[in-house]
Amino acid sequence: MKQLTLISGKGGTGKTTIAAAFASLAENAVIADCDVDAADMHLILNPEIIETIDFYGLKEAYIDSSLCIQCGLCKENCRFDAITDDIKVDSFECEGCGVCAHICPEGAITMVERKAGEAYLSETRFGPMAHAKLSVGEEASGKLVALVRENSRDLAERYGKDLIIIDGPPGTGCSLIASITGVDMVAVVTEPSVSGIHDLERVLGVAGHFNIPAVVCINKYDINEENTRIIEDYCRDNGIDVVGKLPLSRIPTEAMIQEKTVMEYSGNELPDKFSEKLKDMWGSVMRSLN
Amino acid sequence: MKIAIASGKGGTGKTTVAVNFAISLKDAQLFDCDVEEPNCNLFLGYDLEKVEDVNVLNPVIDKEKCDFCGKCSEFCQFNALAVLPEDVMIFPTLCHGCGGCSIVCPNEAISEVGRKVGVIEGSVNEGLVFYQGMLNIGELMTSLVIKVLQDHIDTNGIAIIDAPPGTACSFIASVKNVDYCILVTESTPFGFHDLKLAVDVIRTLGIQFGVVINRCNIGDNSVEDYCIEEGIPVLMKIPYDREIARLYSQGIPFVNEMPEWKERFVKLFRDVTSLYEMGNCSEQ
Repeated sequence: MKQLTLISGKGGTGKTTIAAAFASLAENAVIADCDVDAADMHLILNPEIIETIDFYGLKEAYIDSSLCIQCGLCKENCRFDAITDDIKVDSFECEGCGVCAHICPEGAITMVERKAGEAYLSETRFGPMAHAKLSVGEEASGKLVALVRENSRDLAERYGKDLIIIDGPPGTGCSLIASITGVDMVAVVTEPSVSGIHDLERVLGVAGHFNIPAVVCINKYDINEENTRIIEDYCRDNGIDVVGKLPLSRIPTEAMIQEKTVMEYSGNELPDKFSEKLKDMWGSVMRSLN
Repeated sequence: MKIAIASGKGGTGKTTVAVNFAISLKDAQLFDCDVEEPNCNLFLGYDLEKVEDVNVLNPVIDKEKCDFCGKCSEFCQFNALAVLPEDVMIFPTLCHGCGGCSIVCPNEAISEVGRKVGVIEGSVNEGLVFYQGMLNIGELMTSLVIKVLQDHIDTNGIAIIDAPPGTACSFIASVKNVDYCILVTESTPFGFHDLKLAVDVIRTLGIQFGVVINRCNIGDNSVEDYCIEEGIPVLMKIPYDREIARLYSQGIPFVNEMPEWKERFVKLFRDVTSLYEMGNCSEQ
């Protein structure tokens, strides 16, 4: 079984649009949406949820005020400023380390489990899908990503699928790292803007750090063809394949409004080069992956 | 006054709004809190100097004193230590620096040493006071870098904060202590969906906010209809314009080439200030 993650560094370059198109082109794949704090894939794939799993993130300190003597030791020892001046826990700051509970001389503090989201196992018109929703204001998105990854592998085994297509989050931090560890390849979706180039280089750095092979897709390549050449040169110099270039087009937005993948939308109503190019890109990605 | 520019969905134009907004105001400070992918300076082109390193305190084991009892690894919630029969393994990137291991160690065998996970850089000699944080490649402590960065805000002045995408911890760390939050979105199904997630978080935090609709002539009317229904002020609309897109791709702030927009951003600031003051009055 192979795993492929679409990443970008910079947000809004077209990861989800391309991942959804790949999902419709793949013949035997599981789809995983690992952008758990701003998940959008379900808006196109309309998954029917088969199973819901509660997600418990980090524990959180709970202070029993009837036992608390306001000594302030918890506040003094908390490195995350999570205890307020009036000795209350600030949920947004608490990282669940447990130092306060250990240090409290009155045993007034316990660490409690808290539901921080839900993970879903679903069915879509293109096959099984693993996805999730982080609760409002919760941390531990990396842990939830890990749960979605685990669920996607279970689905692949259960249904005999040989590929997992993972839609990753933007950035280079914990959820991104959780989305790419142990995958066979990442496909970086970039755009020829100075921000796109800068973020491409950083995210390729992360992939390199974990020894994960990478290919690059250039989206909206015609908004600045000079920058597109800079990306192509950079990739050539670093031995990274550019697997395809897509033009700026209204098709992704129009397809999204109709809750369709680009392949379904243009395939039915508007035969065009955009979907052909995406198909070619998919072919190149699969050749690189295998 | 601290104003955050945030979005939920990535790529909606946060950095564009933050940079052009800050340039249009006199005496603004700009803070790039998207420390995983800081981009503001690509548009400013300032010479930045290192202000400070961001360090996490990691445990160091004194093997003379350690009797491999395992209390530290038992305590650690982040799996950053593993105790073997005759060794202790430390996984530095997993350590949050809570100090719990050194507190629970019965033999005083654990001390702590700072490990660099990022850097704060800044410039105070250019047109704007500008600071950015940068998380090192392969590191996880995004929120810590954002917190250290925000310590440099002069709260007597105007501070514009460019927040990271998403709605999780790094987003919260960036917007938690601001006076007003501007949510930048686009009127596509993805933009609309992620806007609603961001609104949920901002309301939970109890922060006043309004919306800027970018590329307002692309997509549908769902965002504006929603804002009217929810009583959320639409502060500004920026159309999709090939010229703005071209300038963006080259790293040029569009207010520098299209000065009429400078006035619009100044008006945006006036509007935000009066909304903020009105909000404060109505709370009292």
